[in-house]
Amino acid sequence: MAKPDHRLPQGGRINRDKPLSFSYDGAVYQGYEGDTLASALLANGKRLLGRSFKYHRPRGALSAGVEECNALVRLESGGYVEPNARATLVPLYQGLSAKSQNCWPSVDWDIQAINGLAARFLPVGFYNKTFMWPSWRFWEGFVRRAAGLGEAPEAADAQEYHKRHAHCDVLVIGAGPAGLMAALQAAGSGARVILADEQEEMGGSLLWEQDEIAGIAAAEWVRSALGELAAQNNVTLLKRCTATGYYDHNLIVMAERVSDFLGPKAPVDVPRQRLWKVRAAQVVLATGAIERPLVFPNNDRPGVMLAAAVRQYLNRYAVAVGQRVVVACNNDSAYRTALDLQAAGVEVVAVVDVRADSQGSWVNQAKSAGIRILNNHAVTNTKGRKGVTAARVAPYSGETPGVARWLDCDLVAMSGGWNPVVHLYSQSGGDLDYVEADGVFVPQGRDYIQTAGSVNGRWLLAECLREGAGAGVKAAQTAGFEAAAPAPENASADTLKQGPTLPVWKLVDESSDKQWIDFQHDVTLSDVELAARENFISVEHFKRFTTTGMSVDQGKTSNINGLATLAQVLGKAIPQVGATKFRPPYTPVAMGALAGPDLGPFYRPKREMPCHDWHAAQQGDFDDAGYWQRPSCYPLAGETRQQAIKREALMVRRGVGLFEGSPLGKIEVRGKDAAEFLNRIYMNNVPSLKQGHIRYALALNDAGAITDDGVFTKLGEDHYLLSPSSAAAERFVGSLEEWHQTAWPHYEVIISPVTTQWATLTLAGPKARQVLQKLDADIDFSKAAFPHMAFRSGALEGVPARISRVSFTGELSYEVNVPASYAEALWRRLLQAGEPEGIAAYGLEALIILRLEKGYLHIGADTDGNTIPDDIGWGAPARKKAVDYIGRRSLDLPVYCQGRRLQLVGFKLLGGRGEQCIEVGAHSIESADTASGMRSTGFVTSSCFSPHLNQPVAIGRIEDGRNRQGEVVALYYDRKTCRAEITAPVFYDPEGERLHA
Amino acid sequence: MDSYSLFSLVKHALSGHKNWQPAWRSPKLKPHYDVVIAGAGGHGLATAYYLAKKHGITKVAVLEKGWLGGGNTGRNTQAIRSNYFYPEATEFFDHSLKLYENLSQELNYNIMLSQRGTLTLAHSERELEGLQRWVTAIQINGVDSEFLTPAEIKELAPVIDISKNARFPIAGGFIQRRGGIARHDAVAWSYARGADALGVDIIQNCAVTGLDIRNNKIQGVKTAQGTIGCERVGLTVAGHTSVLAEMAGFQVPVTSMALQAMVTEPMKPFLNTMIASPVVHVYMHQSDRGELVFGGGADTGNSYAQRGSVPILEENARAILELFPCVSRMKLMRQWAGIVDVTPDTMPVIGKTPVDGLYINGGWGTGGFKAIPAGGDTLACTIARDKPHSLIEKFSLERFRSGELVNEAASSGVAH
Amino acid sequence: MQQIDCPWCGKRNETEFSCGGELISRPQDALGADDKAWTDYLYFRTNTKGVHTEVWRHTFGCRQWFKAERNTLTHQVVNTRKLSEETGEGHGDHG
Repeated sequence: MAKPDHRLPQGGRINRDKPLSFSYDGAVYQGYEGDTLASALLANGKRLLGRSFKYHRPRGALSAGVEECNALVRLESGGYVEPNARATLVPLYQGLSAKSQNCWPSVDWDIQAINGLAARFLPVGFYNKTFMWPSWRFWEGFVRRAAGLGEAPEAADAQEYHKRHAHCDVLVIGAGPAGLMAALQAAGSGARVILADEQEEMGGSLLWEQDEIAGIAAAEWVRSALGELAAQNNVTLLKRCTATGYYDHNLIVMAERVSDFLGPKAPVDVPRQRLWKVRAAQVVLATGAIERPLVFPNNDRPGVMLAAAVRQYLNRYAVAVGQRVVVACNNDSAYRTALDLQAAGVEVVAVVDVRADSQGSWVNQAKSAGIRILNNHAVTNTKGRKGVTAARVAPYSGETPGVARWLDCDLVAMSGGWNPVVHLYSQSGGDLDYVEADGVFVPQGRDYIQTAGSVNGRWLLAECLREGAGAGVKAAQTAGFEAAAPAPENASADTLKQGPTLPVWKLVDESSDKQWIDFQHDVTLSDVELAARENFISVEHFKRFTTTGMSVDQGKTSNINGLATLAQVLGKAIPQVGATKFRPPYTPVAMGALAGPDLGPFYRPKREMPCHDWHAAQQGDFDDAGYWQRPSCYPLAGETRQQAIKREALMVRRGVGLFEGSPLGKIEVRGKDAAEFLNRIYMNNVPSLKQGHIRYALALNDAGAITDDGVFTKLGEDHYLLSPSSAAAERFVGSLEEWHQTAWPHYEVIISPVTTQWATLTLAGPKARQVLQKLDADIDFSKAAFPHMAFRSGALEGVPARISRVSFTGELSYEVNVPASYAEALWRRLLQAGEPEGIAAYGLEALIILRLEKGYLHIGADTDGNTIPDDIGWGAPARKKAVDYIGRRSLDLPVYCQGRRLQLVGFKLLGGRGEQCIEVGAHSIESADTASGMRSTGFVTSSCFSPHLNQPVAIGRIEDGRNRQGEVVALYYDRKTCRAEITAPVFYDPEGERLHA
Repeated sequence: MDSYSLFSLVKHALSGHKNWQPAWRSPKLKPHYDVVIAGAGGHGLATAYYLAKKHGITKVAVLEKGWLGGGNTGRNTQAIRSNYFYPEATEFFDHSLKLYENLSQELNYNIMLSQRGTLTLAHSERELEGLQRWVTAIQINGVDSEFLTPAEIKELAPVIDISKNARFPIAGGFIQRRGGIARHDAVAWSYARGADALGVDIIQNCAVTGLDIRNNKIQGVKTAQGTIGCERVGLTVAGHTSVLAEMAGFQVPVTSMALQAMVTEPMKPFLNTMIASPVVHVYMHQSDRGELVFGGGADTGNSYAQRGSVPILEENARAILELFPCVSRMKLMRQWAGIVDVTPDTMPVIGKTPVDGLYINGGWGTGGFKAIPAGGDTLACTIARDKPHSLIEKFSLERFRSGELVNEAASSGVAH
Repeated sequence: MQQIDCPWCGKRNETEFSCGGELISRPQDALGADDKAWTDYLYFRTNTKGVHTEVWRHTFGCRQWFKAERNTLTHQVVNTRKLSEETGEGHGDHG
C-alpha cells in the first residue's frame, strides 16, 4: 500500500527547498523547514499521535497550536529530553527524534486501552469511593504507574538558560493583526515598545488566513509591518517568546525559546531558553482566541479536529489532513475551512451547522460555491477505531425531527465558537464580563492594560485592526507619549459581514457513548452530570472533582465547555456558575528557564577568605560556614583528618598556632552618642569601658533571647569597634542600623561595617608572644604593656595593624587585623617567624575543640532562640543594668521568672571507652508517663574528645542545671543511653591563668 | 448517604451512575443553631463533624464565604507529619496523624493517605549535628524517626544528587516513615460529607459579616444571608483570623502572608518520598497524579492576595535543580498561593478567646493541613465543654501575654 | 513581583527590599511598660486587610528604612515616605 501523502503540491509557508528528515517512534519521515512536528506527521499520514491520561484512548492532534492536549510526545534523549512536548509547537529540525508516550507497547497498540472497557466503573472521583480496603497505600503503586504522562528525564540538562530584565513603555503581547497594529501605533509615538509573540513567526492568523489588508495579501502586509517595526530602534521584536505570567505592578514573565528550533544541534554558547522579566508601564494584550470544540459522542477520535486548525494545516503547512471532510459548526468562521478546503481540491462532504441560517459573507460564498450545507443539523457521533471513518448527522432542533444518517468522511472539522485568551488578563486580577451572544468571557478593562482584538470578542479582521491601533495609541498616551489617532487601515475584509453565532454546549441529550469535554483527562459529559448529581456544583468543586482543566493545557479547550455544560445541567446561567481562576503560567515553562543560570557555583556563591589561596594549596577540607569557605583542618602527608585535628589542637595548647578568622564581624560605630547607643544594644555596660580596652558582650532581641555574643573595643573617644561572631556579622549590622533608624534616630552615630576590609589572623598558644615579638612592630607586646582584653594599633612589618588580645581558645592569643590585601604576606611572615616555635596553621575543627575545653559558647549551637542570659550564667548583670537595652524588659515577663529553665552545664561521660564521646543532640531523660515512657530534661549541645585532657568533654543545657552539678543523668541518643555526670561547663584552666599569661 | 466501596461503585455503574446521592446537601440557613462555625475549610468541617459525632451537638452550621475547602485546605502541598521538637507539639500533631491514619475508614471516603515518609535533609556535618537534637527529641516524644546516610537517601530517591561537588552536598538526613501526603480536597469533602450526614448544615456562599456580642458573650452571627442566633461560635478561618477576631474586638498575634505552591506537568513515578531541605529551603513530593509538587518560603510582606509572585518561584526552581538536576527539562504547569496566618512561635492559636462562647482555631502558619483532624477534634471538644482540650492547653492566646511561647522554630531551627 | 518606591532611590523590585511588617512604636518607657503593653509591642499586630502602614528597608540599595502604605489585598503601594517625615518614630518586627 502506498504511503498516504497529505502534502499539497504547492502553497504554504514551508520551505520546499529545505527537506528535513526526522524520526517518530523509530520510523524515519520527511518534512520541510517551516513545519511543526505535528504538521510533518500529518503530512505523512500519521494521525494517531497520543493516548489519553485515563482511558488511553487513541488520539490525534486536536489543534495546531498552544491549546494542544492530545499530541504530546517525548523529544530527544539524554540531556536533551523534553517530555510532554506538544507536537503542534515543536518546530521541525533536521534529525529531530520523537517518541510517543503514556502507551505500551506502542501508541498504535496500547495495552492500557483496556481501561476504556472498564470506563463505566471509573467515573470521575472513583478513587475517592474505592481503594480503602485494605489501604490506599496498597493500591497507590498501581494507580501512580497508570497516571502521569511522560517519563521523567534522567540526565542532567545539557543546555543552559539565561534571564533578562527589561523595561518598556508599551509591551504588546501577541503579534496577530491587533498586536501588530498596536505595536505600530505605539512605536510611532516614540515609546519604547516590546512586541512578543509565542509563534515561530509573527503574524498570528494573518500567516494562514486568506485575508487582504490595504489591498495586499495579509502575509505580505505582515512582512512590511514587521519591517517597519524592525527599522525603529525603540522597538524590540521577540518571536518564539510566550508571555506566561502577569504579576504585580505590570511585571510580565516571558519565556523565549532561543534555540529549541535547532534541537540538540544548537550551538553550545547559545542558551536553550531565556526568561524575560519585563516591567511595562502599559501592556496591550492582543492574545487572540482559541477555538472551542463541540461536545458530541466520540468527539475525541483522531480526525476530529478544530476547524481553524484544519485551515491552518492547509494554508500554512500545505497539509490536507483529510480528503473527505465534514465541517461541524455553530458560527460563520468554520465556513472558511470549507471554502479553503474546496479551493485546495479537498472534498467537503457537508457543512453541518446547528443554526437555521446565516447571511454572513463566508456562508454566502460557500452557498455560491455549491458546498452542501445542512442547517439545523449537528454531528451526533463518529465511527472509526483509530481514525474517523464516518460522522453521524442528525437534525439539531426544530419541530420535525429528521432522520439521522451517517456521512462517510475521514476528517471532522469542528468549531463551537471561540474562547478569548483572557488568561494573562485574569492573572492580572482583572474581572471578566460574559457576552451572551457569543457565549464568551471578555475582559472588563483595567487602567494599565489595553486589550484588543479577539481577546475582546472581535471576530472580524477589520475590527481587530481598528481596535489594535486604538489600543496602541491609548497605551502610548497613557505611558506619557503623544500619539496621533490612527488612520483606518483599509482592510479588504472591512466589507465582510458575519452572522450571529449560536452558542451550543451539548448536541445530544442522551447517548451511551462518551462525549468528551476535557480530552487529555478524559472528562466526559456524563462526568459533568455526575458532579452535579453529587453536588459538586461550585465551579472550583466541579473542576477538582472532575479534573476538568487540570491537564497540561490547563483547560484551554475544556474550561468553558465544562462550566457551560455544568450550567446547563444545573439550569443556571453561565455567569452564575462563574469561571475558575487562571493561574500562571499560561503555558508550561521549563524549570531550567525559571532557575536560570544561577546554579552550581552561582547558587549562593562561595566566599573566600583573604588567605584562601594559601589554604587551598594545603589541600585542606573546607567547611561552608555562612558561605565562607573555611579550612576545617590541614592534614600533613600521611595524616588522617582526625590526627590532623588532634595535632593542631595540641599545638595551640603547647606551643603556638595560626588561624585565619577573617569572617569575624567588624563594625565601627562613631559619633558623640556612640556609647549611649551601644549601651542600648548590648546587655553589658558600654560607657564604663576605657579606651584601648575590650569587653565581652551579649546581644539580645527584644523578646529577651540571646542573638549573638562578641566583643567590643573602645578605639577612641566616641569611637567603637564591634566584633560580632562571624555568623552574625551581617545580621548585626542590619540590626544596629534598624534600631538606629527606627527607634533612636536622634543618636548621632555612624555605623560602618568593615568586616571584609580587615583580615583577621589569630596567633594563639603560650608561645604566641614570642612569635609576634620577632616581627618589626611599634607595639610593645609585653604582658604588662599589653594585657588580656586590651587593644593596640600600630605598624606590623610596616603594615597598619589593629591587634586585640582576646581569646576563643583559652590560651594567650592575639587577633591581628590588617588590611585584607596584606593578609597573605603577613600570614606567611608569621609562619616563618614562628618556625622555631613549631608554628602551623590550625583549622575550624581544632578551634571547636579548644573553645569547648574552655567552655566558651557558640551562640546558635549551644543556645537557641529560647535562651536568655540567665540560662548561661549572665542573669545577674542582665538584670542589674538599669538602662533600657534591647531585650531587658522581656526578662521580667512571667515566663522568665519561674519554672525550671534549661541552664548551661558540662557533662562528664561515665563508663566511656577509648575516645568515645557523648553524641551531640543527646537528651538527658527521666522516666515519665508518656508514649515513650521518658521525658527530655535537657540536651547536649557540643561534644568532643579533648586530646589535651585526654577525656571526652561536652556542654549542654539541662533543667535547673546549675543546682544539679554532681548529679548523674541518663543521656539518650538514637535508641541508646549512656550515663554522665553534670559538671561546670569549663574543663580547662577554670581560673584563666593561661588567658592572662 | 451512599456507602462507598468497590461494590457500590459496581452497583452504581450498572445503573449508569444515575443514582448517586449528593455528597452533601445545600441546606437553607436556619434562624438559630447551637454552634456556628465560621469557615468551611478542613478545620471548620472537622470541628463540625466531631461536634456531631463525639459530642452529640448536631444543630451546627458551618458558614463559608466561598466554596467549602476553597481556602488553604485546597491550596496546600498536602504534607503530613508529626516529627516535632516539643512534646506538646508532637502530641498534638501525632494525634492528628493517628486520626488521619483511620480517616478513610471512619468517613468512608478515600482521602488517599500515602505514608511514603517525610525526609529532611542535612547538607553539612554541622547541620547534621543540629538535626540530631531534633531527631532525639522526636524519638523521646514517642514518634518514629531515623537517620539516613546519603547512600540510603539515594536509594529512597534515586534522582537526587548526592555528589560531593554539589553546592550543598547531602550529608545525611532523617525520615519519619509515617509521614506523607493525603489528597487535600478529599479531606475537606470527606469531613463535609460526614458532617452533613450527621445533620450539620454547611452553608456555602455565606460570608460572616459580623458577630453579635453582648455582655462579652456571643449571641449570634451576622451573615450575608441574615443574622442568626447561636450559643457558641468557632472561628476557623485560616488566613483571615485577624479579620474575624477584629469583629469580636480582640487581636491575635498573626501575620498573614502568601505562601506559594507549584506543580510541574505530570510524569510517571520518579520520586516516592516527601523531601524537605531546610538549607536550600524547599520541599517537594510527587503527587499520585504525577505532578512534582513543591514550595518554599513565603512571599515578601503582609498579604491577603491569593496569588504567587516571581522571586519565590525562581528561588524554588533553583533549589529543586540543585537537588534534582534532572527536573530542569520538566515544565512548571501551575503556580498559586494561599494566605497563611503566621504566629511569632509558628505554633497555632487554638482554644478560648476573651469573648464568652467564642473559640478560635488559627495561626497554623504553613502547617495547617496536617493538623486538620486534631484541630477539629480538639476545638469541638473545647466548644462542647467550654474548656480547652488537654492537647491544646499550651496553644492558648494567653501564651503571648505570659511569654510562654512554644518556640518550635527556635528549638529545631526549622520553620514549620 | 511588587515594585516598591524607595523615598531615596525610586522604584525598585521587591527583591531589593526587606519588609519589616507593621509600623509600630517601641514603648518609650519600656522598663515602665506593663506586661500587656510590652507583649502588645512584641507580638500583637493589626494585620490589616486593606491599606496597611508598614516599614520596608532598601536592603540591597541605600539600606534605609522607610514607611509605606500598601494595600495588602491588592498590593497597590499607596505611598512611601521617609521615617523622618512622620511625627512619632516606629519600626517593624524584630525576629
